[in-house]
Amino acid sequence: MEPIIQLENLDFSYASRPVLKGLNGSLSGRAIGLLGPNGAGKTTLLRVLMGFHPPSGGTARIFGQDIRTHAKANRQDIGYMPESDSFIADMPAIRFVRMMAQLSGMPSGIALEKAHEALYYVGLGEARYRSVGEYSTGMKQLAKLAQALVHGPRLLILDEPTNGLDPPARARMIALIQEIRDSGKINIILSSHLLKDVEECCEEALILKDGKLVVYCNLEEERKANKKFLEMEPRGGEMANFVSDIQSMGVVCVRDKRRIKMVLPEQVEIRDLYKLASRRNVQIRRLDYKRDSLQDIFLKAMEQGGDDGRLQA
Amino acid sequence: MAVYKRKYSQYDGPLTPLWSRFLVLPRYALKNVFKSRLVLVFFVACYIPAIVAGSVIYIRHNEVFMQLVQATLADFVAIDGDFFLLWFMGPQVVLTFILTAFVGPGLVAPDLANGALPLYFCRPFSRAEYVLGKASVLIILISALTWIPGLLLMIMHAGYTNWGWLIDNFNLVVAMVASSFLWIAVLSLLSLAVSAWVRWRMLAGAMMFVIFFVLSGFGNSINEMLDTRWGMVIDLARLVTTVMNYLFTGAVERNSIPIWSAFVSLAFLAGICLMLLNRRIRAHEVVR
Repeated sequence: MEPIIQLENLDFSYASRPVLKGLNGSLSGRAIGLLGPNGAGKTTLLRVLMGFHPPSGGTARIFGQDIRTHAKANRQDIGYMPESDSFIADMPAIRFVRMMAQLSGMPSGIALEKAHEALYYVGLGEARYRSVGEYSTGMKQLAKLAQALVHGPRLLILDEPTNGLDPPARARMIALIQEIRDSGKINIILSSHLLKDVEECCEEALILKDGKLVVYCNLEEERKANKKFLEMEPRGGEMANFVSDIQSMGVVCVRDKRRIKMVLPEQVEIRDLYKLASRRNVQIRRLDYKRDSLQDIFLKAMEQGGDDGRLQA
Repeated sequence: MAVYKRKYSQYDGPLTPLWSRFLVLPRYALKNVFKSRLVLVFFVACYIPAIVAGSVIYIRHNEVFMQLVQATLADFVAIDGDFFLLWFMGPQVVLTFILTAFVGPGLVAPDLANGALPLYFCRPFSRAEYVLGKASVLIILISALTWIPGLLLMIMHAGYTNWGWLIDNFNLVVAMVASSFLWIAVLSLLSLAVSAWVRWRMLAGAMMFVIFFVLSGFGNSINEMLDTRWGMVIDLARLVTTVMNYLFTGAVERNSIPIWSAFVSLAFLAGICLMLLNRRIRAHEVVR
């Protein structure tokens, strides 16, 4: 797959304070979640990619075009939804989105048509003639999404898209992002400190810590990789003996009323568990791999750190 | 396809040329400006000096009227550099200043107050294009009230004199255009810089008056206290009228500062305004 973004030893400093430290990697996922604690450099990375700040060292390429030399051309392919409140007051949404389309190079008539389309698409069709300044927070977020989409970008950058939204509005926003992702026409980079947003919308996650890139992984593959964590639901038989047999094989397990959680060592196979269960007349009603949640992946990344700024896929 | 059909489609049609995109800003801004009836009425009223000057030129060349009032050309006002400076440019300078104080701050301050700049600059649109686009609003408005009607008045007068006057007084045409653009540059840069700095439309409008009138008073005080004329270098109104006077009449008023110092002072002001704009007009503020 053609990489969307290539980071080539990318550095950025505010005055003498380094914010991004030698980022390297090739990002090619359809929907990439950009994660990290506050101050990790997520928003700064997005701004550098868009050419708002020139890199202090190294460079990056978006769809193969260098951000140092092709900033304008890159911005033609990008739709950006900023984190903070950003709108033009005293302007109906339709004019606002149309103006943004025209600034992206659309001819006037087509820009109007696309503005209607984009506002309908995000669910502001009925409110498109109202001033953006009068919108609720959720509607302003949707208007920001509409202006990011209106010129048909190849890459959509969403910076904290669910900021300040109540649960129903958040659900709408997430559904919309999922729909855009599933359309397959746009690549998405979603920056958020909310793991749930990334988990629901993204296929891949890129985790930053202290300006360094500590993890870049495919979420599904990462979860599948952890097959040795098991969760079992046994019934009947000699339960206490069954558990002690398991432990005698070197399996670390924790038992509660209904379930046993365990970590299998390399030499133990799942069929060994079935043999033990059969010997102790225990029924195994359910046996699941415990899937790593994004939170586990994130916490692991925060603990690991990562000193070289390279991707750990 | 009907717009109500909810869908997202990419666009791969033709794009407008990059150089022309800054013109989108004045198109939308002018519509906003003339939404206010007060501004519209004031803008129309700004043509009164041009109409009066045009009437004077017409009457001066109307033999029937001259016979009627038994006046000779010598009794009547002469159409020369002084006429265009005093009857036309003088009033227009005051009126366009008031118009700019109303319109100028509304161009940039709301964008800064509402954090709209990232939305402009995440597109193929530069900071210079943004400033040029916003300044175009004032360039168009002030041009429509200064050099365009000024040149029309000159053409009207030349028309009555078989065009010979225009050739003999071509320096006045240059003076009209040059002094208008000088005024446009001063007003545009100052109002954009002030509104970018204070970010509050009302305050920016008030600041425009403060800069012109308070600095003028302060400059005069310096002149009186120190018995000098160099206080004029901070008197913006005086600097502009000195340069305009020089352009129209070829002379500098007595007790005025040398013309070079007026140009240097105005260039210094332009430099400060550009520096302020450079600091403020950014996609994101850098917090160090």
